[in-house]
Amino acid sequence: MSDRSPMPMLVVLRHAPHGSSWLREGLDVALVGAAFGQSVTLLFIGDGVEALVKGQQTGPLGQKGTHPTLDMLAMYDIETLLVDAESLAQRGLIETDLQLPVTLVAPERLPSLFAHHAPVFNF
Amino acid sequence: MRYALLVQGAPYSHQAAHSALRFAEALIARSHRLETVFFYHDGVYNAQRLATPPQDEPQLVDAWCRLHHEHGTALLVCVAAALRRGVVDERESRRHGKQGHSLESPFELTGVGQLVEAAMTHDRLITFSP
Repeated sequence: MSDRSPMPMLVVLRHAPHGSSWLREGLDVALVGAAFGQSVTLLFIGDGVEALVKGQQTGPLGQKGTHPTLDMLAMYDIETLLVDAESLAQRGLIETDLQLPVTLVAPERLPSLFAHHAPVFNF
Repeated sequence: MRYALLVQGAPYSHQAAHSALRFAEALIARSHRLETVFFYHDGVYNAQRLATPPQDEPQLVDAWCRLHHEHGTALLVCVAAALRRGVVDERESRRHGKQGHSLESPFELTGVGQLVEAAMTHDRLITFSP
């Protein structure tokens, strides 16, 4: 890596698991960023909050699933997991429904969050 | 300014690749440099050697190649996303015991690390997603 960003990298996850590869491929970028020595923040927003719902299994879907990857995040020092509070509430979920400890973010905090991260990757 | 583009939409399925190309042409016309285009997710299909669109439609694969030949733009394709979707170069094809290859030259297979690197080393990274 020729440069290290002075700001943490932000990976925004906007898609639910299982229906598409957006979540898996987004998480891959986060893991690679961390492996490259970047400090990485994840923001789960919209349907992306469903990625964190506890007790997921792939079973008959025949896919690998993303929940084991989420459990590996700490090993990569990715510990800032932000969840858009409004997206969570809209889906009838609360923090204890999630498989990992997260920090809830109020919608009005989002603009400054984006302003204080670079680069920002959207998935 | 030095630009990098991230293209995540398949050609002809979504607007993303068309928009990315128009943006590429516009920024070059304004004397900026387009140094890197990174293809990820379904964007890897932009590198399909065998894509054969009707002649009266935009020739997207050719348009990407032209950027490389005329402006030196690197066309980087995520290897993990590409292999899953059947976009392989000769080396990977051999390695996996397949016949034939489907990656157009001068597109090149590379790791996601190159995307992170591009985001750090260019002035702007612009994402085009479906």
